[in-house]
Amino acid sequence: MNSVIIYLATFFTILIALAILSGRYMARVFNGQPTFLTPILRPLETLIYRICGIHEEQEMSLKDYSVSVVVFTCISLIVLFLLQLLQKLLPFNPEHFGPVRWDTAINAAISFVTNTNWQSYSGETTMSYLTQMFGLAVQNFVSAGVGIAVAIAMMRGFIRKEVKTIGNFWVDLVRSVVYVLLPLSIILTIVLASQGVVQTLRPYVKAQTLEGKQQTIAVGPAASQVAIKQLGSNGGGFFNVNSAHPFENPNWLTNFCELLAILLIPVALVFTFGSMIRNRKQGFALFYVMLILFLLGFGIALWAELSGNPMLGKIGVAGNANMQGKETRFGVVSSVLWGQSTTCTSNGSVNAMHDSKMPLTGLVYMFNMGIGEVIFGGVGVGLIGMLFYVILTMFIAGLMIGRTPEFLGKKLGPYEMIMAVIGVLLPPVALLIGSAIAIISPVARTSIANPSAHGLSEILYAYLSAAGNNGSAFAGLNANTVFYNLTLGLAMLVGRFATILPGLAIAGSLANKKTVPTSIATFPTTSILFVGMVVTVIIIVGALTYFPIFTLGPFLEHLQLFGGKLF
Amino acid sequence: MTTRNKTVFEPKLALRALGRSFYKLNPFSLWRNPVMLIVEIGSLVTTVFVIVWAIQGVNIAFVLQVSIWLWFTVIFANFAEALAEAQGTARAQSLRKSRQDLFARRILPNSEIEKISAQSLRKDDIILVEDGEVIASDGEIIEGTSLVDESAITGESAPVIREAGGDRSGVTGGSRVLSGKIKIRITANPGETFLDSMIKMVESARRHKTPNEIALEILLIGLTILFLVVVITLPALAGYMGVRTTVPILIALLVCLMPTTIGGLLPAIGIAGMDRLLQHNIIALSGRAIEAAGDVDIVLLDKTGTITLGNRMATEFIPAPDVSREEIIEAALLASLADETPEGRSIVVLCKNELGIKGRDIRAPEGSIFIPFSVQTRMSGINVSDRRIRKGSVDAVREFIESAGGSFSELISRQVDEVASHGDTPLVIADNGRVIGIIRLKDVLKQGIKSRLAQLRQMGIRSVMITGDNPLTAASIAAEAGLDDFVAQARPEIKLEAIRRYQTEGHLLAMIGDGTNDAPALAQADVAVAMNAGTQAAREAANMIDLDSNPTKLLDIVEVGKQILITRGALTTFSIANDVSKYFAIIPAIFAAAYPQLGILNVMHLSSPLSAVLSAVIFNAVVIPMLIPIALRGVRFRTRSVSTLLKLNLLIYGIGGLILPFIGIKIFDLIINLLKLV
Repeated sequence: MNSVIIYLATFFTILIALAILSGRYMARVFNGQPTFLTPILRPLETLIYRICGIHEEQEMSLKDYSVSVVVFTCISLIVLFLLQLLQKLLPFNPEHFGPVRWDTAINAAISFVTNTNWQSYSGETTMSYLTQMFGLAVQNFVSAGVGIAVAIAMMRGFIRKEVKTIGNFWVDLVRSVVYVLLPLSIILTIVLASQGVVQTLRPYVKAQTLEGKQQTIAVGPAASQVAIKQLGSNGGGFFNVNSAHPFENPNWLTNFCELLAILLIPVALVFTFGSMIRNRKQGFALFYVMLILFLLGFGIALWAELSGNPMLGKIGVAGNANMQGKETRFGVVSSVLWGQSTTCTSNGSVNAMHDSKMPLTGLVYMFNMGIGEVIFGGVGVGLIGMLFYVILTMFIAGLMIGRTPEFLGKKLGPYEMIMAVIGVLLPPVALLIGSAIAIISPVARTSIANPSAHGLSEILYAYLSAAGNNGSAFAGLNANTVFYNLTLGLAMLVGRFATILPGLAIAGSLANKKTVPTSIATFPTTSILFVGMVVTVIIIVGALTYFPIFTLGPFLEHLQLFGGKLF
Repeated sequence: MTTRNKTVFEPKLALRALGRSFYKLNPFSLWRNPVMLIVEIGSLVTTVFVIVWAIQGVNIAFVLQVSIWLWFTVIFANFAEALAEAQGTARAQSLRKSRQDLFARRILPNSEIEKISAQSLRKDDIILVEDGEVIASDGEIIEGTSLVDESAITGESAPVIREAGGDRSGVTGGSRVLSGKIKIRITANPGETFLDSMIKMVESARRHKTPNEIALEILLIGLTILFLVVVITLPALAGYMGVRTTVPILIALLVCLMPTTIGGLLPAIGIAGMDRLLQHNIIALSGRAIEAAGDVDIVLLDKTGTITLGNRMATEFIPAPDVSREEIIEAALLASLADETPEGRSIVVLCKNELGIKGRDIRAPEGSIFIPFSVQTRMSGINVSDRRIRKGSVDAVREFIESAGGSFSELISRQVDEVASHGDTPLVIADNGRVIGIIRLKDVLKQGIKSRLAQLRQMGIRSVMITGDNPLTAASIAAEAGLDDFVAQARPEIKLEAIRRYQTEGHLLAMIGDGTNDAPALAQADVAVAMNAGTQAAREAANMIDLDSNPTKLLDIVEVGKQILITRGALTTFSIANDVSKYFAIIPAIFAAAYPQLGILNVMHLSSPLSAVLSAVIFNAVVIPMLIPIALRGVRFRTRSVSTLLKLNLLIYGIGGLILPFIGIKIFDLIINLLKLV
């Protein structure tokens, strides 16, 4: 028990320290102030500007910024789609993979462009090295970069006064890749490769097994891709079983570093927010909101896993804790911590199989995704989603102290309300409708491995994961069908754009407003009361949305399991 | 003010409102309230089920009751709105009634006078009003002075002076001229007076929603859509698990989850706010301004009449070195006995106080000659036998003394400067060539102004004084009254500039004004209150009219503005918190038949699935009329720190809203079982 506490304390201390440092560093980067990396990276940055014809000083209006984001995403989609269809004709394809099926290709393109990295295919048997590196890996960088850029634009909305511009999308994107994602992933790649994560462009290795059979061992440039998949909350594995695969995550050290990488940028951006709005206390307040929600879920999940499966305990085949679907080299605590982190940050990489977790753990994971991935959340978009909840909270809180609502001195009017409501409610609406259609359509139902409360959870999990841009899966569902590829693709687009566009809209509207000075009549948004209210609002919105469906899915399964029913 | 204590449900008004609430079932009228429109559609659908099932011979006891209570939900919400409208309109109409059936004497261009009904008076008509007559319509005095009894409008019994020219030229239709003969230019066509515009605002069809109302409505519609999707997808998801659902139960679930409580009461809250302002004798001409009042963080107050009584008053005698107290008091008294200026009278009062005599009539000695104040001499005084006593400004008295061969000592000069440095006015008294001493004239603060300003500060509102005085005087008064800031030597353009400066800093300003020169500033301020006695220009620039012309009303306005917002927030919180218990009532009722394990969610131990659903629906409907008093009276605003206020409201409406329905639903379940309704 003590070792668990020491492990967790060490992990969170290192995480928070690194996040605060990176957070402040990012604030300087996006404010255009010099940092210790400027002398090295500035030439690269200006080179990119020159090649792409970007005018660094040119600020964009809300409309220009949004159009740039949408156009960039569309072009990325098309390029990625074509790359998959044409990979047979292109180089770096030592295994001679043919074109990817059209619906899988659409799904994968959307998935990587929206920073979801849902994979309905097996990476090692479908995608060429070229597709992996120049398609997927590039998207791992830029889709994360888009998230960061939009979050930064939204922060600017809170500090700017009566101006029409919120920054330059291309500059924000380039800076997030050059100054943040690139250096961090280079460091992480070196660490991972040193620990035995494979990094090669050679063909797959043929091995003679003890039984004398031929076995093909998939290898490839994994270390670099693993680094960015964790840092950019992408999560798409190089190998199908993701970070449970020994070539992706061989030992406790790589596991520790990858966990840090999963949480680092999402946590750091909260502190960046504090620095950018020149109110670090506010950054900490939001951090506490997220930390409380994170630990609440982690506590429940850990308790459920450590208590284990009563059926197995009874017949004496296993210890108390639930080890099914987990790698023995990681153990329960670090598997649950990973699961909690990956579902909270919309990362989606796994080091254990979520399908075989206890029902209550599954419920926690689904809740994390269902509230829109705002507990730290995906890089950038998590903070945006959290700010939607803050706007809803401040609206109610503002009214109850007798003022028209405001946050950070910006009045929240009907326009901000529409956007926050879309951001918070459209993804759940889309995923509920998607799940309902999936469950009544005969095509979709054949994909369910376990028709039961667990089967319901599997379908629901898929749509939660897609709409939350998470990408992890309850493995029981065969999702590589035309139906799932297309509907889940749609859910991913809704989840992505229902966050990014309202976020930008709010940024533009707030930047245009006056800032109301604070007085003793202003509600202090750095107080414990504020933290408590935001936490409550998030839990209540989540609970009201998913009460019926979680009751029939994971909760019923839990009751059945403890009631002695097996499947 | 008497109406404050009346019950919310006054029978006559309640009856009228009840009638209106059926009329408002018209979907085209409900269109303005989407939340309730969806409830009405739900009611209609359940009604269809009642009819179809009755024809098919299915037991309809349950669905009939659900349907009835759903209809009640809509009617209760309509009733809340209708009641608020009825109260507002009734109050405004009773004010307006006073001016119906009035006649006016119109002066025609050829100077002839014709008698016409008040209804046919048009804007810019000129009418003549004499002693004892009632003024037929809103207007402005263009000639003459009169004493006007405005008690019919304001309830204030003391008559007031209204005269042409100054800042007291506005008159309201319905008030009575007690004495004087005045010519009035009419400023409003029939149906366009301030009261008319307020009645229009109260009547729903023409009422504009305020931005805050719209924002809240967006939240409510968003939640409604979410719950609509939750309920519509439920049959598919639950069906997969083998759970059967029926349409009436799904509709019941939907209506219970939707924010019907706040959705139903929202329009009433805004209307009731206007009505409450009217109880304070303030006509609000814009709902937006009432809300802005809740946000105001700076109020601009005119010095004269608001902070100070307006006239300088004698507060102290400072005798010259060789003069006794009695001597200076006697000289001051003699010099002021016949002085009818406010300053003069205040000197007499001070003298009497100092001498300890009251009320006794003191007369000047026989044969004395009173010298009145004149602009040339800038002195007044009295000649008694050979004594020539004068009081006046320093320069004037110095001249007087030197002409009489006396001299103005260094010490007196220093004392004069000392008085002036406090922002007070020194009056020097002289007897022939000798300086007797100095009278200190002071701007006296209005009673209670300090505590009101302190209250404002507690609410987080800074008060700024506007005055034509020099900065020295202004600073001294500001310090004494506890003002946060002042604008001295204020001319109209300086006032306007001050307002703009505060606004660019992001502040929201409230201002009370009466004069024509206030009009530009009023037009610029976020909350602009014109005194009813003020000029037409001021009244047109304002968005609220204070019928009592009482400048400290700003506090009440701010309070009502805050109350409206708090009530909205509190009832929204209550409404959403309610949903938790409704899930615990209805979800086990739907699922437990197929999965008995889920019966553990039935924490209220409701007796049967049908009675659980029905109890939730009944509670959901009944809570609306139960909360009407809160919606109409408003949640009390307490001058506490915002965090305390928020905690308190969260405790009452959040935690309360969470717990209360568990109890309420259980009680209805018990009743249903007792009466064997399902």
